[in-house]
Parts: sequence; C-alpha cells; structure tokens
Amino acid sequence: MDRLRVILDITRTHLLARIKQSGIAALGVTFGIGAYIIMMSFMTGLNGLLDGLVLNRTPHIHMYNEIKPSANQPVDLYEAFTDQLNVVRSIKPKKSQLRIHNALPVIDYLEKDSRVKGVTPQVAAKVFYLAGSNELNGAVNGILPHKEDALYNFGDYILDGTPQDLVRDRNGILLGAGIAKKMSLSVGDRVQVSTTSGGIFPLKIVGIFQSGLAEIDNIQSYVNLKMAQQLMGEGNNYITDINVKLKDINIAPELSKTYAKQFEVTAIDINTANAQFETGTSIRNMITYAVSITLLIVAGFGIYNILNMLIYEKMNDIAILKATGFSGGDVRLIFISQALVIGFIGGLLGLVIGYGVSVLIDNAPFETEALPTVKTFPVNFNPMYYVVGIIFAMVSTFLAGYLPARKAQKIDPVEIIRGQ
Amino acid sequence: MKNILEAKNINKYFRNPVLFHVLKDISFSITEGEFVSIMGKSGCGKSTLLYILSTMDTDYEGDLYLGGEKITGQSGEELARIRNEQIGFVFQFHYLLPEFSVLDNVMLPARKLGRKSFSQIRKDAMNKLELLGIADQAHKKASQISGGQKQRVAIARALINDPKIIMGDEPTGNLDSKNSNIVFDIFKKLSLEEKLSLLVVTHDLDFAKRTDRIIEMADGLIIDHHSKMEEESL
Ligand SMILES: Nc1ncnc2c1ncn2[C@@H]1O[C@H](COP(=O)(O)OP(=O)(O)O)[C@@H](O)[C@H]1O
Ligand SMILES: [Mg+2]
Repeated sequence: MDRLRVILDITRTHLLARIKQSGIAALGVTFGIGAYIIMMSFMTGLNGLLDGLVLNRTPHIHMYNEIKPSANQPVDLYEAFTDQLNVVRSIKPKKSQLRIHNALPVIDYLEKDSRVKGVTPQVAAKVFYLAGSNELNGAVNGILPHKEDALYNFGDYILDGTPQDLVRDRNGILLGAGIAKKMSLSVGDRVQVSTTSGGIFPLKIVGIFQSGLAEIDNIQSYVNLKMAQQLMGEGNNYITDINVKLKDINIAPELSKTYAKQFEVTAIDINTANAQFETGTSIRNMITYAVSITLLIVAGFGIYNILNMLIYEKMNDIAILKATGFSGGDVRLIFISQALVIGFIGGLLGLVIGYGVSVLIDNAPFETEALPTVKTFPVNFNPMYYVVGIIFAMVSTFLAGYLPARKAQKIDPVEIIRGQ
Repeated sequence: MKNILEAKNINKYFRNPVLFHVLKDISFSITEGEFVSIMGKSGCGKSTLLYILSTMDTDYEGDLYLGGEKITGQSGEELARIRNEQIGFVFQFHYLLPEFSVLDNVMLPARKLGRKSFSQIRKDAMNKLELLGIADQAHKKASQISGGQKQRVAIARALINDPKIIMGDEPTGNLDSKNSNIVFDIFKKLSLEEKLSLLVVTHDLDFAKRTDRIIEMADGLIIDHHSKMEEESL
C-alpha cells in the first residue's frame, strides 16, 4: 500500500511537471472515447428505431391461407400412371377459402404455448372507399386494437387518435393517411366503405393511420375485428390471419414450419421476411467499432510518443531511483501508471463529452413520416457503453504505455551515471 | 572487528570495443565504523569497482559479501532491496530528482522501504537535513538550491534508511574546499558516532589522509593499503 503510494506520488509529480504534454495525450484519449460513446449511442439508437420500424411491428410468425394450385394433382393419385412422366398444363388453383380453418381453437392452442408471447387474429377485407362519386380501391383489416397495441406498438402509427378510440367506437375506422389526404377527410368525418359483395357501411373516422410507407397508407385502414367480420358477412369464427409474437425471435423459422404443418396454413417467419435486416445492424456496429478503434490507436500512438519522450528526459531520475533501491518493476509501474492516469482522465472526460453530445443529439429535432410519434433523433443511453468506453481507454493506454515502461525498467543506472 | 563489506577476487572485463580487463583480482574488506578512501589515477577502475560494490553492476567474477551475507548471484529485485536498505550512495554529481522538494528527495528511499509511517519518515528526513545543516532548505525544489547544498541533500538521502555502509564516488569532487571540509566532517562524525562504514573514492589527498585507511589502485589492481600511521608519510 505504502509502496503504491510512493509510486503514485512520483507518477503525479512527473505528470504535473509536464502538464501540457500530459493534457494533450489525455485529449487524444478523450476524442477516441467521446467518438465511441457518441457513435455507439447514436448508431444503436438508430438501430432501435429501425427495429421499431421493422421488428416491432412485424409478427414473428404470420399465418394465413394462400390461394395456390395444389401440389398434388389428381393424376398423381392414379396408380396406373405412377411410373409415367405426367405433365399437366395450365393448372388453376382450386376454389378455396381465405378463412383459416378452425381459427378460434388454433388461437386458443397458440395462446397456451409457452413459447408464445401473444397471438392476434385479423380479418382482411377488400373494400372500396366511397366519397362522392369517387371510388378508391383499398383494404380494411379487422383487429383487436388493444392487443395490437400491446404487442406491436400499434398506437405509434396513429395520428390524432388512439387504439382506445377504436375500441370505444364499434363503427370506428382508423383511416390510412394517404386515403384521408386523397379524400380530404379528417378525424370525426364519416367515410363510406363498400365491400366486394355490395354492402355499404358508413364508418366514423376515429384516427388516421400512418405507417410511413406510401403504398400501405394509400390503401390500408383498420376497423374492429367484429366490424370486419360484419363487412364480410361472416360470423365471429371468420379469421383470415393469425399473427404470433414469440418470446424468442430466434426460434421463429423452426416454429413456423411446425405450425404450417400442424394447422395446414401458410406460415411466414420474420427472419425469412426480413433477411437483410440483421446485416444492416451488424454493419453499423462494425463501422462504429472500426472508427472508435482507429481513433484510440491514434491516441495510443500519442501516448506512446509522449511516454517515450518522458522516459528519455527522465533517464537521470530513473537512474537515481534505481540506485536508491527502486526495482525495475517499480520503475515500470511508475510509467505504466502514468499511462493509465492519462487514459483514465482522458477516458472520463471522453465519457462526459460523449454524454453531453448524446444529450444534444437526443434533443435535436428529427421528423420522419415513418414514425409519426418520433420527434427527435433516437439515442441509446445504455450505461454499458460507458463501462466499455472507460475499459477501452484503460486497455489502450496500458498497451501504449507498456513498451516505453519496459524500456524504463531495463535502463542500466550504471550507464547513465557513468555518462555524466 | 566485524566485516561489513568484503570483496573476494573481483574480476571485471569490458568486451566493447575490445576485451579489456578493467578490475584484476580485487580483494579487500571494510570493518564496522571504518572510514576508507580509494585513490588512484583517472581510468584505473575506481568507479567501476564502486558500481560493483554498490550492487548496481552485476556483470563481474568473484564474490561480494555485505554484512556477512553473499550478494553475488542475487536477483535484481533482491539487490534493489539491499541497496535500498543497507547501502547509501553519494555521487560526484548531485543526483537529485529535480521536480521534487528537497524533503521529498530525502524521504523517497524510506518510503520505498516502507518500514515506517509517513509522518515518522518525514521527521527522520528533517533530522537528517538538520544534521547536514540544510533543514531550512527542506521545502525548496531540489533544482533551486546550490551545488554544495545539493551534495548535502544527497548525503542526507543516503543516510535516511540508516544503512550499514555509505559509498561515495568523488562526493567532494565538485565542491570548494569549505564545502568539502563540511562533508568530510559529517562523514567522520558518522563513522565515529554512528559506527557507520564509509568507502569514498577521492582525488583529494588531504581528504584521504584524514581517513582511517587509503586503498591505492593502479590499472585495475590494488597496489597498496596505507593505514593511518603510514598516511603521515604520504
Ligand atoms: N562501458 C565501458 N566500456 C568499455 N570501457 C569502459 C566502460 N566504462 C569504463 N571503461 C573504461 O574502464 C576504465 C575504468 O574506468 P573508471 O572505473 O570509470 O575509472 P576511474 O578510476 O576514473 O573511475 C577506463 O579506462 C574506462 O575507459
Ligand atoms: Mg570515476
């Protein structure tokens, strides 16, 4: 303990005696760590935002009935032709229903599955929006608003309204932003919706839905599940889509296959649907680390240089210390601790500056169509980055200080004393 | 009388630029409280010998004993501890750490030894400075005092851990005769009162004559020992 104190006293005196150089060396570290914190907070904040765009609003498994030709044609079943090459031209899909068979028991079953976080049923309906003599092509999805909100942050995409408004109003509709604009409609107005079977339903606009993707906002609206079933003229067991959110996203591909077989539906998992997504995240992380490490290497060279210079200037001191009984290890510790002090102070300052700039960015206005509820730049204030940052600073300055310190350790005091 | 320092058949070679036998079979010993000086022409190997005796140079043949304990072959770490605890070294040039205060300079070896509390070490250091008559300089920076004062600070530092022996390589070589006398008187007093052994290289015959024994060297050999009586005839 005492030994460490005397060494730290020497360290402090050396650093204070050349406060300018020490300060510049520390500033190098400050830039490296500050940049790391800023980039990391901003990049991961952006990642989080994009997660919000894609991951959060996308079901992990989406089940529906796809209309497609049967894989097995009747001719395949006929024994007499089994070893022949059968060619069937111009296959048409069999008339089948969009409804999921036995949807309610399936939903029940899924909700009991321990791997499943939540299940939301939907009813998709093709409609026309009517306004005066205009007819607009569109689609209406019947949903359970509170459940969609809980699982997919549905509320984030509603302007001038909440999912709750839809729950309250049986005849309510959350109109797509593009449709509302084209038809000059706003909240409180009524819109008429006609179905493919000819029925016309007047619905009250309780909110505007905006996903940020024009091709969706121009056709898509949301109503209550019951309303959609009514539009289709069907009962409450008519469900066209089942969306599943899992506790662990990674089992989605495997589980979707199981479900597809088990329930005889088409099941698409999120990884297949958004294969390119992960790549973007990891590339952004790579860039962040590459830039930070580059800055720290530059800072490291600065420290290496300054310590080398210091040791050259301090040859006499080193010789005296050794002659009066400080060991090579003590001398090495003196210089390594100088590097570490520079790293620690520079790193700490880097954290403070990184935090300050992150706060500034966090408050800078950032408006995007895609996320109507986001008003400022996304910043991730994960304390982990601050811990990693300071460790980064210490490790890089240690490495930069190690070689010069070893040189100091090996200095032969006799050579120095003789040289006088 | 107990031997404090004992050198047995010390040989040393320099290999660079050419092989050079610089110390040739040096053997001698110093007893407790003995004040010994070494004289000889420049280049005869006095400094080289002193670096070996002070354990800083380990590249030699022969055996070295300090207080009966064999020093030769010990690890660098162990030698540093021995230097710290048992040997005080005073150089020709006042080697102080320029950025530290006079007091800090004196305290450092004791703080390294770590045997006493900080405040005790501080008190001891002040006592040593007092003994050398420079207590009033204690809080000045080491770079801000005169040459003679620096040399006395270096002696105070050599004394701080109450070593068994003090070695000096021309410690008065840079001092005027007045300061030189002060240093000699301090050494003499330490040898008489504290039973401290001293081994001092000097060119100053008057200084040497007043020591207990003169070791005379030439070309890497000890050619003579002059005890107190014989000194008179030099
Ligand atoms: N590192 C070295 N390499 C080669 N020769 C050296 C070295 N150091 C000293 N010498 C030589 O060794 C001899 C003894 O030197 P030294 O012990 O310094 O003499 P002095 O008695 O004057 O103190 C001198 O001739 C000197 O030139
Ligand atoms: Mg010499």
